[in-house]
Amino acid sequence: MRYQKPPSNNDLYKKNENVYSRNVREWQEDGFTVRREYQFTAPGCHNACGHIWYVKDGKVVKVEGDHTDPFSKGKTCGRCLNLPEIMYHSERLKYPLKRVGERGENKWERMSWDEAYSLIADKVKEYTAIGGPECIAGINGTGRNTVYQTPALMYGAIHSPNYSLGFLSGSCCYIPRMLACSKAGGVRTIIDTAAQHPLGYEAPEFEVPEVILNWAKNGIPANADGTLGHWIVDLMKQGTKLIVVDPSLTWLASRADIWLRIRPGTDAALALGMANIIIQEGLYDKEFCDLWTFGFEEYAARCAEYPVEKVAEICWCPKEKIIEAARMYAKASPASIEWGLPLDQCKNAMAASHAVHHLRALTGNLDKPGGDLLVHRTNGLESLCNSLIEWVDKDDLEKKRLGANVSPFTVGHSGATAQPDAILAALETGQPYPIHMMILFGTNPIANMGAEAYRVMKALNKAEFVVSMDYYMTPTNVACADVVLPVAMAAERNSVSHNYVPLKAHQKFVSYYETKSDDQIVAELGHVIDPEGGFKYIKTDIDFANAYLRQWADPAEGDATFDELVNNENFGYEFEEWNATYYKYQKGMLRADGMPGFNTPTGRYEFYVTAYADWGKFDPLPAHEEPPDGPYSTPQMFEQYPLIFTAGHRSFEYFHSEGRHQPTLREFHPWPLCELHPDTAAKYGLAEGDWVWMENQRGKCKQKLKFNPSLDLRQCRAEHGWWYPELPAAAPSLYGTFDSNPNNLIPQFQYGPTAYGAPYKTQLCRVYKVTPENDENLTARLLTEGGFGYVKGY
Amino acid sequence: MSRDTSQYALLIDYEFCTGCHSCEIACKKELELPFGKFGIKLLEYGPTELGGDRWEWDYVPFPTKLCNLCEARVATGRLPACVHNCPADCMQFGTIEELAPHLALKPSRVVFSPR
Repeated sequence: MRYQKPPSNNDLYKKNENVYSRNVREWQEDGFTVRREYQFTAPGCHNACGHIWYVKDGKVVKVEGDHTDPFSKGKTCGRCLNLPEIMYHSERLKYPLKRVGERGENKWERMSWDEAYSLIADKVKEYTAIGGPECIAGINGTGRNTVYQTPALMYGAIHSPNYSLGFLSGSCCYIPRMLACSKAGGVRTIIDTAAQHPLGYEAPEFEVPEVILNWAKNGIPANADGTLGHWIVDLMKQGTKLIVVDPSLTWLASRADIWLRIRPGTDAALALGMANIIIQEGLYDKEFCDLWTFGFEEYAARCAEYPVEKVAEICWCPKEKIIEAARMYAKASPASIEWGLPLDQCKNAMAASHAVHHLRALTGNLDKPGGDLLVHRTNGLESLCNSLIEWVDKDDLEKKRLGANVSPFTVGHSGATAQPDAILAALETGQPYPIHMMILFGTNPIANMGAEAYRVMKALNKAEFVVSMDYYMTPTNVACADVVLPVAMAAERNSVSHNYVPLKAHQKFVSYYETKSDDQIVAELGHVIDPEGGFKYIKTDIDFANAYLRQWADPAEGDATFDELVNNENFGYEFEEWNATYYKYQKGMLRADGMPGFNTPTGRYEFYVTAYADWGKFDPLPAHEEPPDGPYSTPQMFEQYPLIFTAGHRSFEYFHSEGRHQPTLREFHPWPLCELHPDTAAKYGLAEGDWVWMENQRGKCKQKLKFNPSLDLRQCRAEHGWWYPELPAAAPSLYGTFDSNPNNLIPQFQYGPTAYGAPYKTQLCRVYKVTPENDENLTARLLTEGGFGYVKGY
Repeated sequence: MSRDTSQYALLIDYEFCTGCHSCEIACKKELELPFGKFGIKLLEYGPTELGGDRWEWDYVPFPTKLCNLCEARVATGRLPACVHNCPADCMQFGTIEELAPHLALKPSRVVFSPR
């Protein structure tokens, strides 16, 4: 099906070149300097949308969408429309700060950047002398423009093998799915939304997908991992039909032909059950499976262990709907699977990710126009989490990296990092060696992604020296940091976006007090710490961008440069033919030897993953495993805590723990919201709008109740990332960071056998109303009494 | 700078409005509206089960009396702020005469003529 542009009266205006000066990057208008530029954090999500920025007196006054931008096409979320509010809020950090009181007192003294750099470099030297470079760990928040900056500093300057995510147990955000792609097919996958083509939807080789199987992703607000959510709306207008797998009705599910309301954590069973139907009914792509895959027979035998009746029982989904969904998906061509975070956020994450990914291969949709595109980072910028890793001693990497003893998959692939759980254990126990210093890049773990949040705070406070880079004072900074460095926002940065769709360079056009970009901080600090290491030729943010563009090779004549990129005819973006080419596996484009096939040990797409078979400690075929806590694995506990508790569903207003400072966004979404079916709420005497305690054997938190009539009666959902900037910063207030934090109920150290996946979305809880009698200042109580008294386990 | 907006209107395709609030925020920024005031306001119906395993969950952004159809923007050849930024591209701007044929192209569309 070819794309046909829907008729719209807006074209008349959108194409008005007199207004938007289509071929100009910057122009003057009514006293404003007007500029086209990308927004790629801070603040914000994983995308880099094109905006038109109105600047007056050196400040951004207004932001709106740029319809000529090939990526976002003028689509603009409320968060970016509200950028001036977050950029110029009175509480934004302006200067480097040094702690002067005790940790938690929120007493700071301004320092110069030079002082900050020499203090940090001295500490690096001091601790390296005591404990080797590995006693310094660097962590970042979600994957934006800190995910090559952080490893570059940790590896290239400090030479520590310990770079990781901010106490996200089991690295359970996208890394499990990336690893599954890498082990089965040797390359990552995103749905084909024509985004790789310079002509976009109008590209002649693009086909509109007949069906998108939207698996565990509320993509419209989430915009994660290679897809701008509203692209799916564009495709729906072209006739794309949807199948949605989600425990809650989402907007997409409300428009879907089939919505499978799955029990959280049972995705592997559902995917295997669907595959079984597809194989039994002969609906799979036999030619693709014969010619291009390995282990089909074993996979088919494994799928046969999941008859639909069994799957229906495991997943709490009617079998008729599972059959209907399997047939509809397999009969459609092209079809794609858009997958989401919840696959990572169960202990069985690797099996679940493989089970879902295998459906793409089974149906022959890999690299088919309008199917599941095989992609790498645009222009081969693949170093990402391994940036400058050659500056870490090989032995340190393989033997001293924290978590490397758990599984070999913590080293080598493009999302490989030290294991967050192992860093937590090292901080707490000093085993296998103590961590003396922590460096935090854009991460606020005690408010956002650290399970057992209070425990994470205590552990962080065992590090003698903690440096944090952020643009606001956060609960984590107040509680744990010794030095806080103020970071620049997108409009204040020279940087390169690494996302899948066109490579984008953006140029600084305003500045804010003494803030600096992560790129600039890393370049300057890296060069101070080790002028002969990975930062030998990197002294500035532009040097850093250039080094990234040449993938860290030494500079040479004819290198692509940041300057060329930002000044090119497309205002800094560049498409890449490799990503846009279909059927790469047939064309010898995936393997280093140039032969057709996949970049795997067998040269084929591996339904049976030989890497796991060789390791011997993980099933090479996917299987369902009950979550550690649940109605079937811990039935007695389920009597006490009769609701399945998930956290982390997305909203339009906020990105993770960012943004609660903004009055405009708080008007739309003033409080954290938990959701129950109205009948469940009635059973526990709860009314919509009540504050509700959610509690389990680990801890509790409170949020405001919103009815969700689409939920299973046994389901409770909570939001994450909530802290209250309006509350006092100093302990024991800490902006109320533990009051509404669902991580109070979620454990550390329950990761899967590969070290990946953790049960953030498969907990149990009970709910009861917050009353004057049982209400309390939870954060203050935890700080005074020392936490919930978790059972510790390593 | 203004233009007679009495013949102008907004067409909303509420099959595709995702309820993302961009129109409301764009409008608040354009008109500099304080807390509690909206030039365009999202109305929500659902989610509610229709029976037969079908669900309805609809949003319609409705222009209030504060909406001036961005007459200053329109006078310079721009779209109103809400239409300009809509991520779902489910809003159209034009004269009633221009938009009426679009109304007939598919169901679940509505035209508001706030002025």
